[in-house]
Amino acid sequence: MPTVPPPTAPLPLLDRLPAGSVVPEEGCDQETWIVHREVLADLALALRDDAENRFDLLLDLCGVDYPERDERFEAVYHLCSLPLDRRLRLKVPVPEDDPVLPSLIGVWKAANWFEREAWDMFGIRFEGHPNLRRLLTHEAFEGHPLRKDYDPARRWILPQEKVYKPLPVPEGETDEDIFERMTINIGPSHPAMHGTFRVVATLDGERIVASEVEIGYLHRCFEKMSETHTWQQVIPYTDRLNYCSSFINNVAYCRAVEGLLGIEAPPRAVWARTILSEFSRIMDHCVCNGSTLVDAGALTNFWYLFQPREEIYGLLEACSGARLTVSYCRIGGLAADLPPDFVARSRVLLDSIPEFIDDVDRLVLKNRIWLDRSVGVAAISGEEAVNWGWTGPCLRASGVASDVRRDHPYDLYDTVDFEVPVLHGGDVFDRFRVRMAEIRQSLSIIRQLLDRGMPEGPYIVSDPHVALPPKDAAYNQMEAMIYHFKLIMDGIQVPPGEIYSMVEGANGELGFYVISDGSGKPYRIKVRPPCFPIFSTFSRLINGGTVSDAVVSLGGLNVIAGELER
Amino acid sequence: MTRAPHPAAPRPYRYTLAERLYLPLLAGMMVTLKHFVQNLLGRRKSYTIDYPEGRRRYSHRYRGHHILTQRPDGSLRCVACFLCATACPAECIHIEAAEHPDVNIEKYPVVYDIDMLRCVFCGYCVDACPEEAIIMSNNHDMAYFSREQSIVTKEELTRPYTYDPSRLGYRPEYPEEQARKLAAGVVDLVGEARSHPAQSSAS
Repeated sequence: MPTVPPPTAPLPLLDRLPAGSVVPEEGCDQETWIVHREVLADLALALRDDAENRFDLLLDLCGVDYPERDERFEAVYHLCSLPLDRRLRLKVPVPEDDPVLPSLIGVWKAANWFEREAWDMFGIRFEGHPNLRRLLTHEAFEGHPLRKDYDPARRWILPQEKVYKPLPVPEGETDEDIFERMTINIGPSHPAMHGTFRVVATLDGERIVASEVEIGYLHRCFEKMSETHTWQQVIPYTDRLNYCSSFINNVAYCRAVEGLLGIEAPPRAVWARTILSEFSRIMDHCVCNGSTLVDAGALTNFWYLFQPREEIYGLLEACSGARLTVSYCRIGGLAADLPPDFVARSRVLLDSIPEFIDDVDRLVLKNRIWLDRSVGVAAISGEEAVNWGWTGPCLRASGVASDVRRDHPYDLYDTVDFEVPVLHGGDVFDRFRVRMAEIRQSLSIIRQLLDRGMPEGPYIVSDPHVALPPKDAAYNQMEAMIYHFKLIMDGIQVPPGEIYSMVEGANGELGFYVISDGSGKPYRIKVRPPCFPIFSTFSRLINGGTVSDAVVSLGGLNVIAGELER
Repeated sequence: MTRAPHPAAPRPYRYTLAERLYLPLLAGMMVTLKHFVQNLLGRRKSYTIDYPEGRRRYSHRYRGHHILTQRPDGSLRCVACFLCATACPAECIHIEAAEHPDVNIEKYPVVYDIDMLRCVFCGYCVDACPEEAIIMSNNHDMAYFSREQSIVTKEELTRPYTYDPSRLGYRPEYPEEQARKLAAGVVDLVGEARSHPAQSSAS
């Protein structure tokens, strides 16, 4: 596990706080401070505003449960400073009898949903949060499911009368103003909602004056289930996070566990992972842009954009055996060797995809009908987007050039040339254009890697404690047979430790915060889903616009329910 | 490394004169017209499949309905070691073991059920099997009238696709073992399937 040296420059910030309230933790994968909860609010504000810190992005907030500790819970904040390119983890112990923390909404708006999730899952109360309701589970749910003493098989039924009925009322309104108002449900089951999201909007004519977003309809306890399965068994679960680009999730998870184990996948696997990640990114952008255009009524583009996706699915199926839920990565490499015609098929794809992209560009890029529907719709400035926790193509469309592939290169991204497309409109149109530009960049990355040639060698590490021995050996050699049995019965033994490992998912930074306690199963897995903070902004984006703008802006954000709700 | 501050306000795209006048729509019309003509003349590959008459060809790694393989005498190869049930992340495999009359085999499954509604078709059972007793076919159209029906039994897992080599899917690949078996003259369904012409053309 790579360790980060303690910061070289003294931190004047720490001098201003009471002694002992912030203690740097040694030997972590990244800079980590253990923070006393009394100083958390001041510290957060200082971390955001100080010139030498400027942690403007709250990446993730999660709880962890340690029943054997005096202070049972721990809230873990992952911060990122985009201007200074620094990362920081804050750990705040919280006692069980008084599980209260100050809310950080005033510092980072991204904290809004993250705090609600931590309340929901662990029962940590955030004082000062304006709307601390359950987020992923429902109103009739009792207990906090990610606590270690919660039975994973426990289920709760939501009776009709307990269903939450939001009635968003704009601020400062009197009864007379409300007279003509109408409150409608958009979703949860509505073709334009791309998944199961419920938006309750108060309308004045066709204008949305207030709205509230409800999620959790596709919550399936990914994180709790991970804790009851072996490390290897979690991989099929990760497929179902962002199912438009499931391979990237596989890579992100496997890289995190490989980081804990201190191993690296062999060059052939890394090469394949990079190429297939880029293909997955292309697919994801095709789905997003295609369905956004459908929402605006441009159905033809949907067909054109789904054809490359169809072809890429064929390639993924030839590699892994499944089109959607590929499960192609394994900890330490890949599940199977690449098919013999991999390079040839990839080249065919590279030659055929640009045609479809060009067609769509010609159809809509200068088309005033699409421009009128998208330019200036759901616009957000870069500054605000960062405060809301945005990453990925949506953030780049707001003028902030942040891309994990370039800032913290992993796999082979430091060896290829590619640009990070940035636009400044911050609206649906520029999100669309950024994605189209990224498809071209991904094609260029794949071409460079294919030109380099497929590296020879194994597709998975040969360590029998991590990877299953080859079938031939398992059938015929006693030692390999024993390893085979051991690995399946006990799973991979990951040493104790924690790691936050991120990749650039198709919709932003996809992070896995993984804690191992040395048993055969993960102690805690927290996914940092890129669309979670993005969708928490949705109400802010659509208020003031029309209902049709709300539909188009949802498509442009590319919110995937599987990843949002886990 | 210090970067420029984040933009405080969005700068939306500004229309060109041509765009104001809707002129680029004509270029878009040409695109759809081109597609229309090409489709009409059959110049373009069609992506739609006339299912169920026409079917997609899958690779030989497709993870579909499971198959329990058999020994040349028709008995199941499975020795009820429970590795597949242990490896299964969906916990969809239910096995009940009994003692086999042949002491060399030791155990065999009396009950071997897979709940197809729980199964996520990840292929972990195939990876786990030390006997090549469970493999997968490329059959994906499974429909049931009830949840009980979706639990398929040993008999159903042995029956449908075992004897149609072109329908085999995900299974272990190990060229060395194949050569050895061939030299020993062992009849091997799976191995035969691999060299079947229908498989080599499917991609």
